[in-house]
Amino acid sequence: MPVKFEVNGKRVEVEVEPRLTLADCLRHKLRLTGTHVGCEHGVCGACTVLVDGAAVRSCLMLAVQAEGAKVVTVEGLSRDEGLTPLQASFRKHHALQCGFCTPGMITTAHALLSEEPNCDADRVREVLSGNLCRCTGYISIVEAVLDARTAYRRRGGGNGA
Amino acid sequence: MSTTAPKRASNLFVGSPIERLEDLRFLTGRGQYVDDLAVENMLHAAILRSSVAHGRILSIDSSAARARRGVHAVITAADIGTVPTIPLRHDPTPAIRRFEQPVIADGKVRYVGEPIAVVIAESAALAEDALEAIAVDIEALRVVADREFARKDDIILFETVGTNVPDTITAVRGKADDAAFNSAPYRRREHFSVQRHAAVPMEPRGLLAEWDDANARITVRGACKVPFTNRRALAQMMNLPEASVRMVEYDVGGGFGARGEFYPEDFLIPFAARLLGRPVKWTEDRRENLTALNHARDMECDLEIACARDGALIALRAHACTDIGAYVRTNGATAARNIAQVLAGPYRIPHVRVDVSLVITNKTPVGTYRGPGRFESDFCRERLFDMAAADLGVDRVEFRRRNLIREADMPYPLPKVQVLDIESECDSGDYQITLDRCLAEFKWAERAKLNGKLIDGRHHGIAVGCYLEGGGTGPRENVRLAVEADGSISLFVGSSSVGQGVETVFAQIAADALEVPMERINRVLHGSTDYVAQGFGSFSSRSIVMGGNAIGDAAQKLRTLIREAAAKRLQCQASDIVIDRGMAVGPAPARAAIALKEFAGLCADGTFASAKRTYSYGAHAAYVAVDAKTGHVELIDYVAVEDVGRIVNPLTLHGQCIGAVVQGLGGAFLEHFIYDENGQLLTGSFADYLMPTASDFPQIRAVALEDKPSPLNPMGAKGAGEGGIIPVGGVVANAVAAALGSLGVEPRDLPLSPPRLWQMIQAARATCAAR
Ligand code: FES
Ligand code: FES
Repeated sequence: MPVKFEVNGKRVEVEVEPRLTLADCLRHKLRLTGTHVGCEHGVCGACTVLVDGAAVRSCLMLAVQAEGAKVVTVEGLSRDEGLTPLQASFRKHHALQCGFCTPGMITTAHALLSEEPNCDADRVREVLSGNLCRCTGYISIVEAVLDARTAYRRRGGGNGA
Repeated sequence: MSTTAPKRASNLFVGSPIERLEDLRFLTGRGQYVDDLAVENMLHAAILRSSVAHGRILSIDSSAARARRGVHAVITAADIGTVPTIPLRHDPTPAIRRFEQPVIADGKVRYVGEPIAVVIAESAALAEDALEAIAVDIEALRVVADREFARKDDIILFETVGTNVPDTITAVRGKADDAAFNSAPYRRREHFSVQRHAAVPMEPRGLLAEWDDANARITVRGACKVPFTNRRALAQMMNLPEASVRMVEYDVGGGFGARGEFYPEDFLIPFAARLLGRPVKWTEDRRENLTALNHARDMECDLEIACARDGALIALRAHACTDIGAYVRTNGATAARNIAQVLAGPYRIPHVRVDVSLVITNKTPVGTYRGPGRFESDFCRERLFDMAAADLGVDRVEFRRRNLIREADMPYPLPKVQVLDIESECDSGDYQITLDRCLAEFKWAERAKLNGKLIDGRHHGIAVGCYLEGGGTGPRENVRLAVEADGSISLFVGSSSVGQGVETVFAQIAADALEVPMERINRVLHGSTDYVAQGFGSFSSRSIVMGGNAIGDAAQKLRTLIREAAAKRLQCQASDIVIDRGMAVGPAPARAAIALKEFAGLCADGTFASAKRTYSYGAHAAYVAVDAKTGHVELIDYVAVEDVGRIVNPLTLHGQCIGAVVQGLGGAFLEHFIYDENGQLLTGSFADYLMPTASDFPQIRAVALEDKPSPLNPMGAKGAGEGGIIPVGGVVANAVAAALGSLGVEPRDLPLSPPRLWQMIQAARATCAAR
């Protein structure tokens, strides 16, 4: 069946099977492979995307449920050249190794900082605790997110990317 | 070198915390992992796996599945003919080889998750749907669910072999016999165990195989860790010359020892691609990943030490047993071998004998996981040391200090592994320095005042432990450096990337070795079998030692070629030419400079070979608070100090260490593959198999030193990446024991999960009350 929604600012119309997850639709139909799939059961957070501004696990949502929604993936939080302040902070703090969890971390952190640019370390840890990373041990990720807060404050929230 | 030429400060990049090159693509969603690939005409595979732990396959009827819409083939053992087994990559004793895994269940199933059939269809969803249409009739056999029962040999997994014990690996130093123990002033013997857990990288595995019929060539995308070894194995199994097998490496979402070994799917997917003449892709889901990818650890150990009254160790002996699951996989014996070799750790113990038996059960086969055998060994040894020190009234720190191998003892031999004839020795180091540094960073003296105290309802405890990490595994690594048309340098290397940042660290090493700016190293091409004639991959903390030193060799050769070419042009001696900031500069007074692009096409091959391993080492300390009412342990502080000989990138090294410590904490407190008596995995999803999250262990500090370079290679590197995990179980278990000393709780088994620790506390209380 057809589904229409917006991805990274572009309107798309895709023909999908009703059972297709949003994650698979983004990855395999729209070829936005920045969104990763690590468990398909809602635990690892690698598939996190923004749906109407909220961080959502795209493996738990069907593509047809995205009808009319604004979806943003890691690609949509990136620039053509260079890195956003959030991404640059991840790089500076070495908050990624294999990079597999990274898109989910970026989308989750972006949603958090857009809403709460003054959050403290405990809050960052609490929110990120829904995203698994097997490489970094998380400490550098928490530091990177805390360090990126200033960029979100300056932009009055919402657009640190 | 001309004396008047400006001399470039060497090592501009090696040793600097350079931000990673890889990050640019990973942070923007442009990384390319194998499941991101799509090619024309591609079909998809799904695998039917056994839901029975032990049974005889009576029949497989796949006709209904074959008839399904979109299904192109169903492959079972019958379609393969003679079913090949997967060869051992390490430690292939004849005894162990009898237990190699067939690439698909062949007459019998021996663990839940064993592949029985492969469906190839138009889409992954159709392939998965068709799995349920395959009718498999299995006669269930009695399940061998644990070591104890396995060793009785009542039920045999491999009838033709006749035993469930493939082999026993023994390592010896001195003479740890009864005489040594009977004459010792003090001895203590304890039984320890470490639970089954695993590497669990975040990216599930995947493969994309393409058969080129015209040239009879197979290309397999999604290789990593040891692509050259796997090429050899696949070529043999598919009856192809090695040159007709191409392994291509993409970005890899974590390896930790498990990813990249040769698994059944590494044959099945290429086989399907050749059979159908179409590209076939397979992506593992997490549920199958948790029963298909190598498990690890799962050992028990009966350990005894003997020492003098002052704590000076005299002898150590042990019988350990590793449950390796249903088959011996590529490196299934490696943990056992390591236990034998390193149970004695970084300590001077004149008499050592360790026997490690491998036992077959109806569980997922095991393989290496970061610090294989070393994590387990350190837990047992360091626990027993704290018990012994308490018995003797010797301070725990002094006990270790007294026994550490001294710098003057170097090189110091490790126990010799007998069947495999492996001899190795600690290459260099001053183990006291890392211990002292760890204690200082940790503020041991201050915190010792809190040890064993009940503060605000929680028991506080501290502990420290020392370890060795083996790195730089040979035999060799190969590198090619080439000057491109734009004057940039391409680096081709046989080492693999598993997400550890090899592109950056190799570019750093190459830039320094060639004395060019780092951005000149525009491509670091690793892993794939196209790049160098023979590569050896990434395992055992070997990439920097082997790959890094091979880069040094290639760079030296390339510099010679460039200088010779420049000298010819400038009509001077090659020795008059210096390479500076990416230019070849002639002698004074003219100092004519030639841009590197003028030398496009020049290339040099380098190699580094070594039969001797390097040994990094260090010490970790932990401070915990235990809530006796719940069994919950808070890790208040954790300090890791290591000496890696040579630090290439402090940023990535720090990341390796912290990441490894947290994985170790997962193994110490959380992660556990629990099986029931029918061989069913009870913790087969991320909802049940608990791994550390961002809120679990926020306080970990890591310090890296390079005080004692290895004498075994020009860089002085010893390898890193595994050290962080090795001592964690022992150190935190000792801290918990120290905290609960007043209750008499002595952890002997991991993991220390809240319910298990709570039970231990209850049991200790009951014993106390009964007295
Ligand atoms: S893939 Fe969606 S949460 Fe893991
Ligand atoms: S960087 Fe590898 S899983 Fe997070």
